[in-house]
Amino acid sequence: MAFIRGLGAYVPSRIVTNEELAVRVGKAASWIKDVSGIEERRWAAPDVAVAHLGLHAAKDCLLRSNADASEIGMVIMSSGSNERRFPGAAAEVAKGLGLTDVPAIDLPVASAGTLFGLALARDLVERYRNILVIGAEKMSSVIDREPMDANTGILFGDGAGACLVSADLGRLKIVDSLMRSDGSYTEALHLGLTGTLVMNGMTVIMQASRKVPSVISDLLKRNNRRPESIDWFVMHQANQNLIARIAKAVGVDTEKFYSNIARYGNTSSASMLIAASECWEEAMSICFAAFGAGFHWGALLAEVEK
Amino acid sequence: MNEKIIKIIQDVSQKSDVPAEDESLFDSGLLDSFALTDMVAALEQTFDIKVPDSDLNPRKFDTVEKIAAYVESRK
Repeated sequence: MAFIRGLGAYVPSRIVTNEELAVRVGKAASWIKDVSGIEERRWAAPDVAVAHLGLHAAKDCLLRSNADASEIGMVIMSSGSNERRFPGAAAEVAKGLGLTDVPAIDLPVASAGTLFGLALARDLVERYRNILVIGAEKMSSVIDREPMDANTGILFGDGAGACLVSADLGRLKIVDSLMRSDGSYTEALHLGLTGTLVMNGMTVIMQASRKVPSVISDLLKRNNRRPESIDWFVMHQANQNLIARIAKAVGVDTEKFYSNIARYGNTSSASMLIAASECWEEAMSICFAAFGAGFHWGALLAEVEK
Repeated sequence: MNEKIIKIIQDVSQKSDVPAEDESLFDSGLLDSFALTDMVAALEQTFDIKVPDSDLNPRKFDTVEKIAAYVESRK
């Protein structure tokens, strides 16, 4: 079995407001909020690395889980904005926790990365006992350019989230998961080795609006759960308008979809765990969901064991 | 069919503009990402067709005449 033992998060202290970005993209601050639901986001200092963000979230997670780093049997780390082509940041974060002899694996999956990380951790935890899943992103390094692209520059923030998945400790049991990928859309959302992030927003929104409700419905149906019985839906915080649309398609009030995008923007793979770290402690059931570049998408159900 | 399509566009965009058959609905600002998604759902319901995920390509729905051609091909 697999349980969520604890969650943690870290965001940099610098707040970047819509007013600050509105000047750079030639739009009104109110336009940014209208099209995204975002009011502000956090950006890390130029010399801060993805591993640094991830390590802070990992330590917060261990603290809140009452766990010691020596209990960790594996680290799975997602980032689409790591500074290096290789190695990824996983081993560096593990080293920061004092772990130099456990497997530390990178998932360069971007926005759906921590959903995939949790699903893989569930499948691997019997062997590794405690798996630390981390999502850390420094998206400002990708979009903070001149001229700033109005469609992508306003969306993204920096931050990290972490979740400790345990084979035998934790309040929420990971019941089931679904992961899906379709390489037909690689060009619709990608980040090359040089240049800026490329996003065909219409294709992303159209596909996400269909695929996310579908995978949530498939997951809940095969576990005989109704959407209204779920305490929280915790989704990758991509865009508040998309979250509202997906809630409607799933058949629940938007308020059932936890959202902190107004404060942090879209932190790509980090966003789902940052959001979960804020709402999971009182929840009896959570349905996680994510969608991103690839396209990769999926859902995962966790609930108090009955 | 075109009249029904234009009515759908007006409903999802909440605008009363009447687009020319070959006018880009995106360039004119009539449809954004979310309105486009709503329009596809309305096309499915109105014309009793199924638009598969693989056909969710904005280029297929850029003008009234492209939309009409697509709907016809799915009937």
